[in-house]
Formats: sequence, structure tokens, C-alpha cells
Amino acid sequence: MIQSVRFVLLVAGSAVFVLPLLWMFSTALKPLDQTMTLPPQWLPVQWTSNALHDADDENDGQTVGLTSADYDRAETRGQNEVTVSVAYQWRAEIDGRDVPVRVPRFEPGADGRVEVFHKVHWESTSKGLPVRVLEDLAALDPGDDVRVYVMEPDGMQYPATVLRSDLTLVDDVTDDAVDRSYSVERTARVEPDALTQRDVPWDDRQRLAHVLTEERTVPLASLSSTVDARWNNFGDAIDEMRFFPLYLRNTLVLCLLTVIGTTVSSSLVAYGFARIQWPGRDKVFLIVLATMMIPFPVVMVPLYGLFRWFGWIGSLRPLWVPTFFAAAFNVFLLRQFFRTIPNELSESARIDGCSEFRIFWQIVLPLAKPAVTVVALFQFLATWNDFLGPLIYLTDQRDFTLALGLQFFQTLQGGTLWNLLMAASSLIVIPVIVLFFLTQRTFIEGVSMTGLKG
Amino acid sequence: MTRHTRRQLRLGLLFISPWIVGFVTFGLYPIAMALYYSFNDYDVLRDPVWVGTLNYRDMFTDDVFWKALWNTLVYAVFSVPLGLVLSLLVAVLLNREIVGRSVFRTLFYIPAIVPLVAVGMVWLWMFNGDLGLVNYLLGLVGIEGPQWFADASWTKPMLVLSSMWQIGGSMVLCLAALQDVPRSLYESADLDGAGPAAQFWNVTVPMVSPVLYFNLIIGIIGAIQEFVKPFVMLPDGGPDRSGYLFAVYIYESAFRYNNMGYACAMAVVLFFMIVVLTWMANRMVSSRVYYAAE
Repeated sequence: MIQSVRFVLLVAGSAVFVLPLLWMFSTALKPLDQTMTLPPQWLPVQWTSNALHDADDENDGQTVGLTSADYDRAETRGQNEVTVSVAYQWRAEIDGRDVPVRVPRFEPGADGRVEVFHKVHWESTSKGLPVRVLEDLAALDPGDDVRVYVMEPDGMQYPATVLRSDLTLVDDVTDDAVDRSYSVERTARVEPDALTQRDVPWDDRQRLAHVLTEERTVPLASLSSTVDARWNNFGDAIDEMRFFPLYLRNTLVLCLLTVIGTTVSSSLVAYGFARIQWPGRDKVFLIVLATMMIPFPVVMVPLYGLFRWFGWIGSLRPLWVPTFFAAAFNVFLLRQFFRTIPNELSESARIDGCSEFRIFWQIVLPLAKPAVTVVALFQFLATWNDFLGPLIYLTDQRDFTLALGLQFFQTLQGGTLWNLLMAASSLIVIPVIVLFFLTQRTFIEGVSMTGLKG
Repeated sequence: MTRHTRRQLRLGLLFISPWIVGFVTFGLYPIAMALYYSFNDYDVLRDPVWVGTLNYRDMFTDDVFWKALWNTLVYAVFSVPLGLVLSLLVAVLLNREIVGRSVFRTLFYIPAIVPLVAVGMVWLWMFNGDLGLVNYLLGLVGIEGPQWFADASWTKPMLVLSSMWQIGGSMVLCLAALQDVPRSLYESADLDGAGPAAQFWNVTVPMVSPVLYFNLIIGIIGAIQEFVKPFVMLPDGGPDRSGYLFAVYIYESAFRYNNMGYACAMAVVLFFMIVVLTWMANRMVSSRVYYAAE
């Protein structure tokens, strides 16, 4: 009886604890409109209607915009039909290519043709990058110089001069073009019957150019839903964060340096406190313990001043150099462990004329591997998770760590793209959880070691 | 001092020399300078100008300071004991053999290692007033959830509640302590006719009291300095600065308003706050902490 009450409590409690993480992953895999459904839905779905057949469409249905709640409501009310949203484009053949176009008016002009617009941009063939053209190209010969701004993938741009013949016109088929400053609209005139309407997948409506949406009523029976995780969200989140690869690199570099720094220095210092008898040792160790109590806000400003004086602000150095000077907590942990290693080992080595450093390096340290692993693991997590340090010392966005980059991304996009924000958060959380599962036993033992044992 | 002890002293100091350098540079010097700057008008760019106790006197008339101080105290007073009780409770549930025990332990522990920025993001989403899962679940049991971020009376409860998510560390410590309680104590309590509740109060709690005490002190120190979550979730302190915590105010005074002297003075106050609270906790509970004879 008591056993089953305990079991129920544990199930309920752990469910509450995992819920936020599951909700994060679930949101990360949804299209934006499904993050805002009420009641909330756990699985990202895709609604398809096979009543919306295009003549030239060989697949068996058209994905549509519909919330599961609306479907359920229509079903419980016994309706035969429901209103869904569909996305489509107008397309026309221009210069031999089938491209999406914007059609302001469908009435043909005096020449019997319809005026349409399509998005294009110029690209420099030699650089392989889009450019913004500053001159009127119509007046130039192929051999003439053209002043342009070259657009780097990360959003930076720089002025350059290229040959007119180096420039090629590229159609903007996808609609990142909305926020591309270098896209231009070109006018064309086409025969009215050359315009075709093509339905596009509902999820692609924001990605593709010149997409229109409209509501249509379809039979309830024509609708079906499938679970469809939007893995693209991760890629989109990485793109939106712009410097994600740099954030990742900076974080990993810092993790590596701080792990090396703290394991080497803390084990040296811990050895000095655990394995060598010297007058005043235990009093000094009390000071080490006391430094654990120093709140970071107290030393924050003077440290900033100090690193500024070193000229380190805006570099990664304030975040890793101090770890080469031993952290109190790690010294404590390693000292406790070193003390459990039998003294006879070092004594016999000493009699053989071994230097103290060699005893440390070749006898004690290899035996202390479990404790050193714990310290390395904790430091890795501390660096991966650190936020305040990078927030204070880093100034250039390219130097940011993942934790800081995530917060920066959130403030920049204003907290509305919940699916991308949760995808970005997942990208930071998942490695930590994977690491935890790989090292679970070491980990839990390590946490227990931090208690009052010894 | 014999030659041998002198040699040992040299050797010992050599081994701990990284710590000595680090302690002086990144510990002693900053503390001394923080104290010094707290009596100065200082903005990093120019040399500090001595202003005596002006920064400290300014605090008395600074409404934001009192607000941040109050918020932080409320946050600590609720989150620390609640977290302590919850972590002990979970540890007790996990202490005896049960199906899937290590799975449960993992599930309770994992939130504690999630990077704090991501924790902030997750709770930002969970507590969203209109679309958040928390209000939806409250709605299922007939409670209309508040607008957590827009209602001044709900920002602090939100911070306290979300801090309950990360009790994993102290839970594991409690669990380790519980595992060390000798079975025989419970058996003799059983013989004396003590029920589960009596056993919990008279055997379990005293035996794990050193760990509870340790968690209490660590909890207080952590709660007073709480920064990342409030900074991410309530960047401007929330409505009426009701969720503006002390560490956030110190950070913003220093790095946003460039008022580093004032920030240092507040950091000194924060330090004393920690000392006083720890001392009070010490006075209240330390006589009840039971240390088994070594």
C-alpha cells in the first residue's frame, strides 16, 4: 500500500519535472501557428485535404492550414464541411524560366498582356555572393566597371568594384527576399493565359516568394492529419542566430581551456594541501574554503577594471585565464580524494629518490582519475552554462558563447517565434543531457562527493 | 624550524603557488578594491573620486534599492526552505528500493544541469499568460491562471516556483545522506513502536541534518545572488520592478548606468546580507544539527 502510494507520487513528481523539457522539445518541432493553438497540442501535425486537387498535381493531397481544435469542433458539431487555409502562388514563364510573380491587376493592358512583378537580385559570378548595384546597368557596356556593395552571408556588406560582365541576374524563388535589402522587383508583361496558379505546401508559405493565402471550404471527410516534426526549425534557428557556428566554437574553446586549466592547477594545489606536511597548511586551507563564499557580484566590478587594465575586455581571456589559478571548490574536492590514497605508495617512491612532482604526476594523479574526471565534468558544465561572465566581458557578437548568444537571440527577435526560440534552447540543452547520460554514474557520485564526506 | 620543515614548507608553497597567485589577483585584490570603490565615484573610464559614504547614504533614498532588496529577501525566504523541503521529500521517496528508481532519480536531477539561460527561456514559455502550459494546466482544474509577467503580485511567486525545478543537486546530496543512515536505527525505532511519521522526525531528519544544514547555507548564498533567471525572464524587472532582484540591480548599476562605485557599495551590502542571513540560519538550526561521532 505505502509502496504504491510512493510509486504514484514518484511518477507524478517526475512527470512534473520532465514536463517543461518535453514541452520545449515539442514546441521546437512545431510550425509557428501550432505553437499558438488552444488547447495546446503535444505533437506537431500536418493536415492534408485530398479535395483540393490540381490538374497537374500528381500527389494525393494538398497540405492546408487548420488547427486540430477547429477540426474537433466541426466534428463534434456534426458539420460536413470545414474552412481551411490554403497557400498558392501565381507563376509565369519569364525569359524561359517558370518563376513566381506578383500580379497586381489581372486585366490585360492595351497590348493584351498583364503586368507582373518578380523578385531578382544581382550576383557577382567571381565572388559567388549577391551584390547591391549602385549604378544604372542599362547604360553600361560588359567591360565597364560597376560600383556595388558585396553582401556577406552574415549580413555584413562592403563596397567593391566589379566588371559589368561579372554580374548575373538571379531569380528570388524563396522569400527570404522579404528582408533582403539587395533584392529588386522587375516588371514583365505576359499573356493572360500564361499565368498559372499553383498551390504550395502550407508550411512553405513564408519561405517562398509571392505566396497568397485564402480560405476554402472542404469536406470534413477529405481531411487527414499526420504527425510531422519540423526538423527544419533547428536549421532555421541556427540561421536566425547568425553566428551560431562561432558561438559554438567559442564555447568549445572555452570549455577545453577551462577544463585543462582547472584540472591541472587544482590538482597541483590540492596535492600541496593533501600530501605534503608543512607548517600552517590547515589554516591556509581554511582560507581556501572561505573563498568559496565570496559572492561574484562583490568582485565583479574590480575584476572588470583589472581585465580592462590588462586590455582583455572583448576577448575570451577573462573567461579562461583565471581557471589556471585553481578554483577553491575543485581544490576541496580533489584534496578529499587525494587523502584517501595510501601514504605508503608515495613513501616508497620517496625512498627510491623520486621527486615530489613525479610522485604527484606518476603515482597520485593516475590513482585520482575518478575525482579528476568529476572536476573536469563540472568545469565543462560550468563553462557551457556560464552567462554572467560572458555577458560582462564579451563585447563583439562574434565572440559570444552559446548561452549569451541564446539570450541575445531572444531579445533581438522579441520573443514571438516560440518554435525557433525553443529549438535554439534545445540546441544548448541537448549536449548537456547527452553528456549527463554518458557519464551518469561519475556524475551522481561526483555530486555526492561535494557534500560533507571526509 | 628544522631544515626538513623548511624544505617541506617550500615544497608545499610551491605546489599551492597557483592558488596563491589566483587568490591575491582574483580574490583579495578585487575584494579590497570593491570596498575602496564603494567610497568613490567610479565609472572605470576615469580615476575614482573619493566621496566618503555618499554611495551608502544614497541607498537610503533609492527606492529601487529597497525594492530590489525586498524582492530578493522575499525570493530567498520562500525559495530556500521550499526547495529544501521538496528535495528532502523527493530523496525520502527515492531512498527505498522501488521499480524504476534510477530512472526517477535521473528525471528529478536532469533539470538541475540545464543551462540557466535555457531554463529562463523554458519558463518564459511555460508561464506565458495566454499560450503557456502552466495556465492551461491550471485551467484544467478550474483555476484561471494569472498573467505571470504582467501582474506585479505574481512575478515573485513565478520566480520561486521556477526555482523549484532545480533542486536536483540538493536532492542527490540528501539521498546520499539517507543511504548512510544505519538500518538498525529504524529497526529499533520500529521495536519502540514509532510510526512512519515519528521515525521521519526522530530518526531521518536528525541523521541527515548536516546535509540539510549544508544545503540551507548554499541555498541562501545562491538565492541572494540569483541573477540569470530574473535577468532573462524579467529583463526590466517586470511590472513595477516587482521581480527586480538585487544582483540584477548591481549588474545594471555597474554595466548599464556605469555607476560602478554605487554598484560596489551595493555589493558590499549584498555580502553583509549573506553573512547576516547565514549567521541567523546558523543560530536557528546549528544547535539542532546532529553530527555522528567520528
